[in-house]
Amino acid sequence: MAQQHRPVVHPADSRRGFLAKALSIITGGLATLAPVGAGVWAFLDPLRRTKAAASYLPVTELAAIPDDGVPRQFPVIADRVDAWTGFAAEPIGAVYLRRAKGSETVEALSATCPHAGCFVEMESTGKCFRCPCHNSEFTLDGGIVAPSPSPRPMDALECRVAKNGEVEVKWQKFRAGVADKVEQ
Amino acid sequence: MKNATQGDVVKKGVFGRLADFFDDRTGYRALMHDALYERVPGGARWRYVWGSTLVFAFMTQVITGLFLWASYSASAQTAWESVYYIQHEMAGGWLLRGIHHFMAQAMVVLLALHLLQVVIDGAYKAPREVNFWLGLILMMLVLGMALTGYLLPWDQKGYWATIVATNLAGIVPGIGPSLQQLVIGGSEYGHHTLTRFFALHAGFLPGALIVMLVVHLALFRKHGLHAKQPITKPDAMFWPDQVLRDAVAMLAVMAVVLGVILVPALKAMLAGEPVDVGHLGAELGAPADPSLPYAAARPEWYFLFLFQFLKVFEGWGATGEFLGAIVVPGLIMGVMFLMPIIGNWKLGHRFNVAFTLGIVAGAGLLTAMALNEDYYAVWVDKAALADAQKLYDETGGDEEKLAAALGGDKAKITAMEAKWEKLEKIRHSQAFLDASKQAKLDAARAIELAGRPEKIPPAGMLELVRTDAKSQGPRLFAQHCASCHAYVDPQAPEAASVLAKASAANLHGFGSAAWMRGLLDPDQVAGPAYFGNTAHKDGDMVNFVQNDLTDADTWKKDDIEAVIAAMAAEAGLPGAKPAEPAVAKGRELIASDERCGSCHRFRDNGADLGTACDLTGWGSRDWLVGIIVDPTHERFYGDTNDRMPSFGKADEGSLAPLTRAQIELIADWLRGEWYRP
Ligand code: FES
Repeated sequence: MAQQHRPVVHPADSRRGFLAKALSIITGGLATLAPVGAGVWAFLDPLRRTKAAASYLPVTELAAIPDDGVPRQFPVIADRVDAWTGFAAEPIGAVYLRRAKGSETVEALSATCPHAGCFVEMESTGKCFRCPCHNSEFTLDGGIVAPSPSPRPMDALECRVAKNGEVEVKWQKFRAGVADKVEQ
Repeated sequence: MKNATQGDVVKKGVFGRLADFFDDRTGYRALMHDALYERVPGGARWRYVWGSTLVFAFMTQVITGLFLWASYSASAQTAWESVYYIQHEMAGGWLLRGIHHFMAQAMVVLLALHLLQVVIDGAYKAPREVNFWLGLILMMLVLGMALTGYLLPWDQKGYWATIVATNLAGIVPGIGPSLQQLVIGGSEYGHHTLTRFFALHAGFLPGALIVMLVVHLALFRKHGLHAKQPITKPDAMFWPDQVLRDAVAMLAVMAVVLGVILVPALKAMLAGEPVDVGHLGAELGAPADPSLPYAAARPEWYFLFLFQFLKVFEGWGATGEFLGAIVVPGLIMGVMFLMPIIGNWKLGHRFNVAFTLGIVAGAGLLTAMALNEDYYAVWVDKAALADAQKLYDETGGDEEKLAAALGGDKAKITAMEAKWEKLEKIRHSQAFLDASKQAKLDAARAIELAGRPEKIPPAGMLELVRTDAKSQGPRLFAQHCASCHAYVDPQAPEAASVLAKASAANLHGFGSAAWMRGLLDPDQVAGPAYFGNTAHKDGDMVNFVQNDLTDADTWKKDDIEAVIAAMAAEAGLPGAKPAEPAVAKGRELIASDERCGSCHRFRDNGADLGTACDLTGWGSRDWLVGIIVDPTHERFYGDTNDRMPSFGKADEGSLAPLTRAQIELIADWLRGEWYRP
C-alpha cells in the first residue's frame, strides 16, 4: 500500500519516543491500579477478621455423663456468625466427656483429630477412639497408640462444672499436624 | 567472531539471557513487535481512542468482577446479604463494587461513542463489514451483561426491573413463554433466576464477548486502522504514540468513575460531616420482596429510552408491547446490520449517518421525556396551578361541574383543562418521587437492620425486614387503621387538616404521658384527636373529663398529673421514665372506686368489666394487641365499641383480617419498639 511509504514520526529509538513510552506505561499503570487495587484490598479482607477469644460454653449437665469412665459424645452449641449470617444456638462442633466412678470432675477431649482435622469416632467396641481418615488410634483418655499418623494425643479441653451442675467446656481449636498443642 | 559472540553473552546478564531463552522458544519479541509497531496512518489521534477505552473498561469489569465473584453468593437468601456484606462490611468492598457499577455505565457511553465514530467515519465499509457486525454483536453482549448484572444484588429495583424485562421476553410469539421460563429458571423468580443470571453475567456472556473481541481485534489489525481522510501528517507507530493517547483516555475514564464514587465523600469531608464509606459508590436497595409493590421501578438510565418507548404503544395491549419491545428494536438492529451494504449505494453513507444520529437523538429525547415525567413535580411551578387545584378539589375533577363553575366559558374551560392535565402529571410524578423516597428509607432501614450484632437470620434479610416494626408498622397501619385513625404529631403543621379527616383517635404517641394529658384535657377530649369524631363524643368519659375533672376540689392538678404518670407507667413506652412517687399515687387514684375505679377495672380493684376499658397495662404491648384483636371484648369497649373491627377474630370458616404477627407489628410500631443501632 502506498501509505506504507510515508515517513514515520520519531522512530522507536528517538528520545521523544522514550518519553512517550514511559508516560504510556505510567498512565496505563495508574488507570489499571484502581480496579486491581480495589480488588486486592477487598480480597485481603479476611485477614482483618480475628477469631473471638475462646470462652467456656455450657455443654451438658453433670448427671448426663455416666460415671463409668467411658467417654460420651456431646455437641457443642453456640451462637455462630458466618460472614453476614448469624446462627443462634447452633452445633459448632463436638466433644467427648467422661468421668471416673464417683468423681465430680469431668475430662473433655476435642473430637477434632490432631492429625488433619477429621472427626474422631469412638470404636463400636467402646474400647478406643479411631479416626476414620488415616486410622489414628487413641486410648479412651486420648493417648496416642503408636504407630500413628497423628503427631500428638487427642486435644484435651479445659472443663469445669458450675454450681448448678452445668458442665462447661472451653471451646478451643488447635493447629493440626504438629507435635505441640498450639492454639489456632 | 566466536569470541565476540561470547563477549556479548557475558554483557547481557541474567535477564537478557532469560529473555533470549524465552524468545528462542516462543518468538515473543516478534509477536510484541507486531503487536506494538502497527502503523497509524496520518499519525496518532485522539479520535482513535474509543476502541481502546472500551477494551480497558471491559478489562476493568473482568478484574473487579472476578474479585466481586470471590465474595458474592447467588441465591435468593444470600444474594442481597452477600452484596450488603461486600458493600458495608468488607474493607474496600464499596470501592470495588463502585468501580464495577459505574464502569458498566461508562462502558455503555463508550460503546455509543465508538459506534458513532465508526458510522460517521464510514469505517464499516468494505473490507471491514464483518468487523462491524462483530462490533454490533459485542454491543448486544455488553448490554446483555448490563441487564443481567442489574438483578444480581437481588434488591427491589433489580428484581422488579428484571420482572419487566423477562415478561417482555415472554411476549415473543411462540417461543416467548418457554424462553422466559428458561431465563428465570422455572416459573417463579428465585434461586435459579439468580444462578442463571449470574452464569450469564459472569460466564456465558463475557466468554462469548472475549471470543468475539479477539476476532474483532484480529480483524482490526488485519485491515489496519481506518484513518480519517485526508491524511496530511506523517504516519506514526501505534506504540508509543497512539498508546499514550489511549492510556490518557483510559486514565480519564477511570478518573470519572472514581470521581462519581468519591465526590460525595469529598463533599461530606469539606462540610465536616463523617463519611460512611458503605454509602459511597453503588446503591443497594431494600431486599427484593415480591409482596411489596415498588412504584419506583425503573431500568438503569441507559435503558430508560426503551422503557419510555414502550409507553408510546400504551393501550395497544400485548401487540403494542410486542411492537415496542421486540419488533421496532429488532428492525433498528436489522438496519444497523445492513449498514455496510446500504453504504455501498450513492447516498447510503449519508443515510447511515442520519439514521444513527436519528436513533441517538430519539433515544436522547425519549430519555428526557421519561425523566420529565418522573421529575415533573420537582421543576414545575406549582404556585401557578393553585387555582386549578382549588377548582379540582371543589368539583372533584368533574367536567360538568367545571363547566358550571366557569359559567360555560369555552376558552376558560379549555385553559383550565390544560391545567388539570398538568395536575395529573404532577400526581403521577409525585407518586414516583414518593415511592423513590420510600425506597430510600426502606433501603436505609434494611442496611441498619443487617448491621445488628446478631447479624442476618439464616432465612435471609427479607425475614428480618418483614418482622421489623419500624418499617412494617406504618404500612399495616396505612392499610388497616388509617381509614379511621389519624397518626400525626399534634405539633406538626399539617396536624389540623389530618385530624379533620380522621374519624377515630389520633394514635401518635399513644401510651405516652403527653397523649394521656390530652385525653384528660377538657378542651381536647371531645376534639378530633380523641373522641370528637366517634360515637363516644357524648359518652361518659367525655362527660367525666369535662365536668368532674374540672372540679379543682376533688381533682387537684397534682392528682391529674399523678394519674397521667401512672398511666404512662402502665404503657411503659421505651424511653419513658414517669416519676415514681407520682406513679404510686396515680395508681391509687385510678384504682379507687371514687375516682377512675368507679368505672374502670384497674389491677385488682374489683371494678366490673364491661362498663369501661380495663386500665391494667393500658398501652402495653399486650393491651394493644388485645384491643386490636378484639375491641368488643369486655376488657375494652364491649358492646359500646364504635365501628372498630376485631382484626384478630375470624368468623367461622374465614381468616381474620390480620394475623397475630401483623397485629404485634402494629402494636410495636405504635409503641416505638424496634431495633435502634
Ligand atoms: S485426620 Fe485423623 S488420622 Fe488423619
